[in-house]
Amino acid sequence: MYGLLDCNNFYVSCERVFQPRYEGRPVVVLSNNDGNIISRSAEAKALGLRMGDPYFQVKELLHQHDVAVFSSNYALYGDMSRRVMWYLGQTAPAVEVYSIDEAFLDLAGLEKYHGSLDTFARKIRAGVKSRTGIPTCVGVAPTKTLAKLANRIAKKNPDLGGVLYLDNAERRAWALTQVEVGDVWGIGRQYAAKLAAAGVGTAADLARVPDAWARKHLGGVVGARLVQELQGRPCAGLHPSEDGTLSRQSLSCSRTFGRPLSAFSDVLGAVSAFLSRAAEKLRAQGDTAHVLTVYISKNRFATNVQPPFSRSATLTLPIGPTADTTVLLSYARALLNRLWEPGTVYHKAGVVLDGLEPPGVGQQLTLFAPTPPEPENKREEKTAATGRPALMASLDALNSRFGKGTVRLAAAVPAPGRGGVVGKAHAAPWEGKAQWRSPAFTTRLEDLLIVQ
Amino acid sequence: MREIELIRVPAPTSVPFLLPYFSCLVPAGFPSPANDHAEVEGLFDLNRLLLRHPDATYLVRVSGESMAGAEIHAGDLLAVDKHLEADHNHVVVAVVEGEVTVKRLVRKGQTWWLMPENPAYSPYEITDPDGLRIWGVVTHVVHELIPGKLHALLHTRE
Repeated sequence: MYGLLDCNNFYVSCERVFQPRYEGRPVVVLSNNDGNIISRSAEAKALGLRMGDPYFQVKELLHQHDVAVFSSNYALYGDMSRRVMWYLGQTAPAVEVYSIDEAFLDLAGLEKYHGSLDTFARKIRAGVKSRTGIPTCVGVAPTKTLAKLANRIAKKNPDLGGVLYLDNAERRAWALTQVEVGDVWGIGRQYAAKLAAAGVGTAADLARVPDAWARKHLGGVVGARLVQELQGRPCAGLHPSEDGTLSRQSLSCSRTFGRPLSAFSDVLGAVSAFLSRAAEKLRAQGDTAHVLTVYISKNRFATNVQPPFSRSATLTLPIGPTADTTVLLSYARALLNRLWEPGTVYHKAGVVLDGLEPPGVGQQLTLFAPTPPEPENKREEKTAATGRPALMASLDALNSRFGKGTVRLAAAVPAPGRGGVVGKAHAAPWEGKAQWRSPAFTTRLEDLLIVQ
Repeated sequence: MREIELIRVPAPTSVPFLLPYFSCLVPAGFPSPANDHAEVEGLFDLNRLLLRHPDATYLVRVSGESMAGAEIHAGDLLAVDKHLEADHNHVVVAVVEGEVTVKRLVRKGQTWWLMPENPAYSPYEITDPDGLRIWGVVTHVVHELIPGKLHALLHTRE
């Protein structure tokens, strides 16, 4: 059984924790440079505001309905995410962080200890709420795809109290009829249109398509696995976020290792490889990332392994958003260092890039323009913030031409001994417009919440 | 004949790489796994030492003197545990009409009160228990005896 926990309107919820006066009022959070809406409270959704709406287009409406507007505050969101994920790691045996505000929980065999998984899911949900103040929803089902689907239904139907457990075939069948095919995890807009044309309108219809049809029309093995998951048969190799067909709000890449690893350099190699893939996808969709999460898991079925089985660490990039693999890698390495327990055998790792946005003002405007030559010392400083777009572009071009992983960063090459690239971080004035940014309530002394 | 572009990859620098704010005492941070070995090196981590729920603890700054009687003064830092169950006589951070305030939670007979500890302020009766939200329970006070950073911050953002 898998659970998928995700935070409701995460960025808005973070703002409200420290500014309770915005409870019950419409609130939106804007992307970097105050460009587009990236998080909406329920009240804002009810006004017809959509994800991605450009601020200048909806300015009037926001004003008219007295909507509270915030600039994105990744220092705050990253820290709140870290708290949520830490608690999940303490509570569920294995956690796979999927984005800044959602995580899969492996709940196999927990009924023994917790009674019904429905009760357990409610307990976790209450725990996140009381520790962080953030409301969540949990979907529980035999496969990840169904857990995602259950979570979606729990979100849409307040009567469910934030939790939906698909514990039997009947309930699964009902749940499948409740969700449009385009809202199934991993089905993007293009596939949805194709499916609709073929008369596949709901998740239930999709669960009925023959395996061969899915292979033919839904990107081969990925599609076949997706259909199997909808039918309730878990596929370990399912990574729908990685098929590259979707432009996503967050990118993750995780794998179970071919064999258990206990040497730091080996696990670092794995993390580097996953990060390189995620960063490649990030650049392919023309974005930069604000927040980086690394997690590692021990094999819970090995002897003498004590929980928590998964540990994660989250960092809001202090130099501002970047898409540069080398810069990201130096942070990932530092995060892995924090998570590392010597003498432990690990069997899985993952990285998540979140807070994705196109490069803002004060940065390289196009990722693929060559960097103009500059005096050596200045270039060094620029590198930290903007990365090396030319280098990264060449890297991506080579890899797409000669095959994945033709040219890799040294750290991502599985070799014994020392791997790793250590970058230099300079604080950079990368900030775009952020007129309505709330204080960094949890990470800056000057910005702490003030109580009378 | 394909042209292959050679790419110069910069050599790793040997400059130590420091993560900001991570391994020091973060405002409201909580122990990272790396700190598990901190004591071995003879370092104290106050988070680990004192906080019952480090992940659910948040630091806040005090403004005003409404709690002077409880030795809580303007400029002090409070550690606030969101996960602790608030009870009679706890100093709490509460949400009153959308604003956060620090007061002592006191029960008199059947009524709950938010009590200041300074005669210049008036008690607040909780008429509608549903209308009261306890944001968290104050577990520690950090008070500067020698004027330093906290004093310097006293008049910012108020």
